[in-house]
Amino acid sequence: MEFGTPLVEMKNISIAFGGVQAVDDVSVDLYPGEVVGLLGHNGAGKSTLIKILSGAYKADSGEICINGTSVTINSPRDARTNNIETIYQTLALADNLDAASNLFLGREITNSFGLVNDDAMEAETREIMARLNPNFKKFASPVSALSGGQRQSVAIARAVYFNAKILIMDEPTAALGVHETQMVAELIEELKRQGIGIFLISHDIQDVFKLCDRVSVMKNGQLVGTENVADVTEDDVLGMIILGKQPEKAA
Amino acid sequence: MSQTDTSNAGTSGPLTTQRKGLAALELDMRLIGMIAALLVIWIAFAAFTDGRFLTPRNIFNLTIQTVSVAIMATGMVFVIVTRHIDLSVGSVLGVCSAAMAMLQTQYLPEIFGLGSPFIWIFTVIAGVIVGTAIGAFHGWMIGYLTIPAFIVTLGGLLVWRNVAWHMTDGQTVGPLDPTFAIFGGINGTLGETWSWIVGAVLTAGALIMLVQSRRTKAAHGFPVKPRWAEISLGAIFTVSILGFILIINSYQIPGPRLARQFAARGEVMPEGLEMGYGIPISALLLIVIAIVMTVIARRTRLGRYIFATGGNPDAAELSGIDTRMLTVKVFAIMGALCAISAVVASARLTNHTNDIGTLDELRVIAAAVIGGTALSGGLGTIYGAILGALIMQSLQSGMAMVGVDAPYQNIIVGAVLVLAVWVDIIYRRRAGL
Ligand SMILES: Nc1ncnc2c1ncn2[C@@H]1O[C@H](COP(=O)(O)OP(=O)(O)OP(=O)(O)O)[C@@H](O)[C@H]1O
Ligand SMILES: [Mg+2]
Repeated sequence: MEFGTPLVEMKNISIAFGGVQAVDDVSVDLYPGEVVGLLGHNGAGKSTLIKILSGAYKADSGEICINGTSVTINSPRDARTNNIETIYQTLALADNLDAASNLFLGREITNSFGLVNDDAMEAETREIMARLNPNFKKFASPVSALSGGQRQSVAIARAVYFNAKILIMDEPTAALGVHETQMVAELIEELKRQGIGIFLISHDIQDVFKLCDRVSVMKNGQLVGTENVADVTEDDVLGMIILGKQPEKAA
Repeated sequence: MSQTDTSNAGTSGPLTTQRKGLAALELDMRLIGMIAALLVIWIAFAAFTDGRFLTPRNIFNLTIQTVSVAIMATGMVFVIVTRHIDLSVGSVLGVCSAAMAMLQTQYLPEIFGLGSPFIWIFTVIAGVIVGTAIGAFHGWMIGYLTIPAFIVTLGGLLVWRNVAWHMTDGQTVGPLDPTFAIFGGINGTLGETWSWIVGAVLTAGALIMLVQSRRTKAAHGFPVKPRWAEISLGAIFTVSILGFILIINSYQIPGPRLARQFAARGEVMPEGLEMGYGIPISALLLIVIAIVMTVIARRTRLGRYIFATGGNPDAAELSGIDTRMLTVKVFAIMGALCAISAVVASARLTNHTNDIGTLDELRVIAAAVIGGTALSGGLGTIYGAILGALIMQSLQSGMAMVGVDAPYQNIIVGAVLVLAVWVDIIYRRRAGL
């Protein structure tokens, strides 16, 4: 799987909140068309690590390279400029706005007068939602009136719509039903074929094994190890998560 | 699955099948509630005053009394929507008024000569700059230094009121420039003909927007309201706008005053001439501000970001919105509107007084809140705030007309504010907002 320059390299990333070392000298990388799973128990530092990539936090130390060149990501805007899109665990939706306004938040379609064009945005939203979640019909309601899964669909749509090269998915299917989860799995396969690199955070090991090429396991802010999914068993990975130890390498 | 909903964000509740009857109009129920409350207040006071409350004269007065608070209330909507508060608006109004009064009575006449038409223009521009700068400064302390808005503007309440006192040595400054005074109300009205023209333009604008919005929706294949509902809406707009003009126009300029106006122009008043005042320029100003603020709220990125930030500040920031700068802009707009209100309020008195705008912060906040702006952020409308200001002013003027003593007026206004918010909370809970 690993050849050429990685799409993303996060090298020796550390960040502390007050006394808590949330991420401690972690290095991960991601190749085009690859899905890397991030695993670890609650509070392991997975969300914090990817929030550094998405510009929500600034690392205390470490380096981020995109396509081999070092970049500074100081804000979500910087991340977007580098074609990084994120589905946050908290979804990060403005509850009082409708689906289209959320999807285009910060990147509104405007008309020739510079005024936001709600109808055009709604049309685009209807189009992408028809692909992601055909049952979705609540285009006029504020997203506070949506179910957890519907909200998640909106967040996914937002990340996919803008032609990301690097996609971060923090537990994207946590609130989804079986069918919708299946659709997200298919979406991930499709995005992979398009050469998009995906960081996928999930607690569902079976999902991870189905969708990911490699897994990186974190524990207490540190990286336990990164393994090719093909080379390990689910039990090996469980061991890494729980014990924080790398599996014995088969000779 | 039920029929798809139409796309009127903010007003629609859960999905229903095809909307029937009144529901097809898709009116904002909260708006209807406010209009109903206003009508109840008006009819009640009319009954208690033998109809005097609803004479063209009183409606004219009510209009010019509402303008100053209503202008600021539109800005307060943005402030409260972004989860802040501004306690300093009355004092900022005072300091802008003081600055403008000093400029037009003491400094500018020396430069341009007494009575020069440049005086009022420079005065207004300078006043708006002062107000915007003060507001931006507040916003900077709130956004960048992260001092709570409550504290910054509480400080501002004390500081600016007394800066105004310092600028004028505590004196009443006046009389103000005669051209400046046309913004005050009775001294500056459009006359009947121009009022009708304004009414026609507004009506045409409203109708064109209805048609346009229906067309683009249909072009995108979105569901639209039934035709009869759309036509009824247009009719309601037309009747309200032209009805208002008709009422205002039927307030006649008293004979002697009219004669004086003719005399001032060196003409003789034709026998038996009757003329209405027409729309006050201050009311026209409010209409323009209402339109501009509504466009900002609904159709600009700035407005979208204001509401997004109010709904979920973290989400706004993660979407790349600079929420600190946004805070500066919101408070700068508030400051500019305080300055415009200062023009209206001081022009109405034709003087700057020490206590101008005192307690306006409470009226303005009350107007915004009665108008449906949620203190928890993210919700509020410009027209709601203006209606809120009108409801407050109607109560106050009505009670004064009935002869309720000022202290009792305040007791009732305070109680109504709390009651209105309680009703709003119940409504929102029921509507699932
Ligand atoms: N903004 C913050 N301020 C202070 N501490 C934080 C902050 N964000 C995260 N932490 C701490 O950093 C550690 C890692 O949190 P993080 O959210 O990255 O965990 P996670 O691996 O995503 O867990 P989960 O599986 O529950 O989502 C935790 O101990 C958490 O309490
Ligand atoms: Mg997490």
